[in-house]
Amino acid sequence: MSELITAKNISVFREGRSVLRDVSVTIGHGDFITIIGPNGAGKSMLLKCLMGFYQPDKGEVTQSSDLRIGYVPQRLVADQSIPISVKRFLNLRTKSHGDVLQKIVQETEIGRILDQPLAVLSGGELQRVLLARALLDQPTLLVLDEPAQNLDITGQLSFYRLIEKIYRENKISILMVSHDLHLVMSATKNVLCLSGEVCCYGEPSSVAQDPAFVTLFGEDMAKMMASYHHHDHPHDHSSHHGEHHV
Amino acid sequence: MFDDFVLRALIAGAGIALIAGPLGCFVVWRRMAYFGDSLAHSALLGIALGLITGLNSNLGTVIVCSVFAVLLLWLQHIRVLATDTLLGILAHAALSIGMVVLSFVDNQRFDLHAYLFGDILTVTLLDIYWIFGGGFVVLFLLIKNWSSLTLMTLHEDLARAEGVKTFWVNLILVLLMTIVVAVSIRIVGILLITSLLTIPAATARHFVRSPEAMAVGASILGLVAVFGGIYGSAFLDTPTGPSIVSVATILFVVIVPVASLLNYRRSRRQDLFT
Repeated sequence: MSELITAKNISVFREGRSVLRDVSVTIGHGDFITIIGPNGAGKSMLLKCLMGFYQPDKGEVTQSSDLRIGYVPQRLVADQSIPISVKRFLNLRTKSHGDVLQKIVQETEIGRILDQPLAVLSGGELQRVLLARALLDQPTLLVLDEPAQNLDITGQLSFYRLIEKIYRENKISILMVSHDLHLVMSATKNVLCLSGEVCCYGEPSSVAQDPAFVTLFGEDMAKMMASYHHHDHPHDHSSHHGEHHV
Repeated sequence: MFDDFVLRALIAGAGIALIAGPLGCFVVWRRMAYFGDSLAHSALLGIALGLITGLNSNLGTVIVCSVFAVLLLWLQHIRVLATDTLLGILAHAALSIGMVVLSFVDNQRFDLHAYLFGDILTVTLLDIYWIFGGGFVVLFLLIKNWSSLTLMTLHEDLARAEGVKTFWVNLILVLLMTIVVAVSIRIVGILLITSLLTIPAATARHFVRSPEAMAVGASILGLVAVFGGIYGSAFLDTPTGPSIVSVATILFVVIVPVASLLNYRRSRRQDLFT
């Protein structure tokens, strides 16, 4: 099976400082990769390189021909000066049919707010609208950049549940930057721990035991991750099961 | 009933108002008012060069403004200075150099006041061709790029992820502004062009619910302002640009409180029923 995105030994320098060092990563069909790392670890830069916004100074990124990216940014600052409704925002530049739109609207539970202006939405509603828009073009890869950073704890929880549900029910790969590891733990298949370079990569439980992870995030985080994963394992298993049937 | 020059000014003004509406929306949404102002200031240098070289002054203005705009985008991109500092330096440098160059031009034929504040007496048939030719290009490109531009305004990276070539679309928007600035000088004058872009759009914002409606609303308000201003200028002998901007301001002052009140009452009513 061909990979969606392959990055080989990419490095990025900015103003004499190295942002990414020799990072290699592949994203295949059905992957759910969560990128974690401290501030300034180059997480957003890595996303930009993988999506093709930014040409790395060294190394290369190849994208497969069936790659269609749906992108969910960290936040959308809906300016009061632009009068635009949720519906119009979803229709901008997209050409989705009624049925697809209807299904996505239901999935992301934004039917009630379709006619409201973007500027009055709450943080959680806005993120669901952004998610809906990202899904409209029927992407093969969903890229999310700290999508729940500006939500309160209940909002974060329900947003990650929604991502998990979408991952389980659609043939879609997910690449996400997130700090809320304890919340995405049950859904994510692999964790990529980044600090300029790839510190460790693998399943959540194995990453949690990696010495590099422990140095970066401390014992407590490692323990929490390990326990979380264990706790949610049956759930994780069932999601794999469902995937094979699709 | 009309003198010929009033008719010419009205036709020219109508063309300008129509293109200034939709373009003005982006100036308001993307906070480019100061940018537009700087662009307009640089136009004086274009006029001066046009007069010296014998080139058409509209063409000179478009060329100088475009060079200025690209230079500005580039300086912004490499982040030499904060944008407002940069604009402040470049705008006044261009205005000053323009004035200095103008001082070498034969004074008899040149009315600085008309360039700064607009003068309906100066509108020629050639200007009307320029306005409608340029206006057509601007409208065509705006409509063609409308969705991309609106999406970029909301979130640049989102647009990029969906395949919008944001660099080029940005450049197109800026070049469209230079065209509008160049063709509007005869009517509104260098110092007041930005207000024709911002005031109608800002007024329209208060009674519309979609980006497209805001563009149309701004065009209509612009038309009213331009017609009112030109009439005033023709019959009361007031300076043209300031008259147009005064009418636009009156519309703003009258419409915004009324529209806000209506919006407030509507939202109250919705609250009661939901």
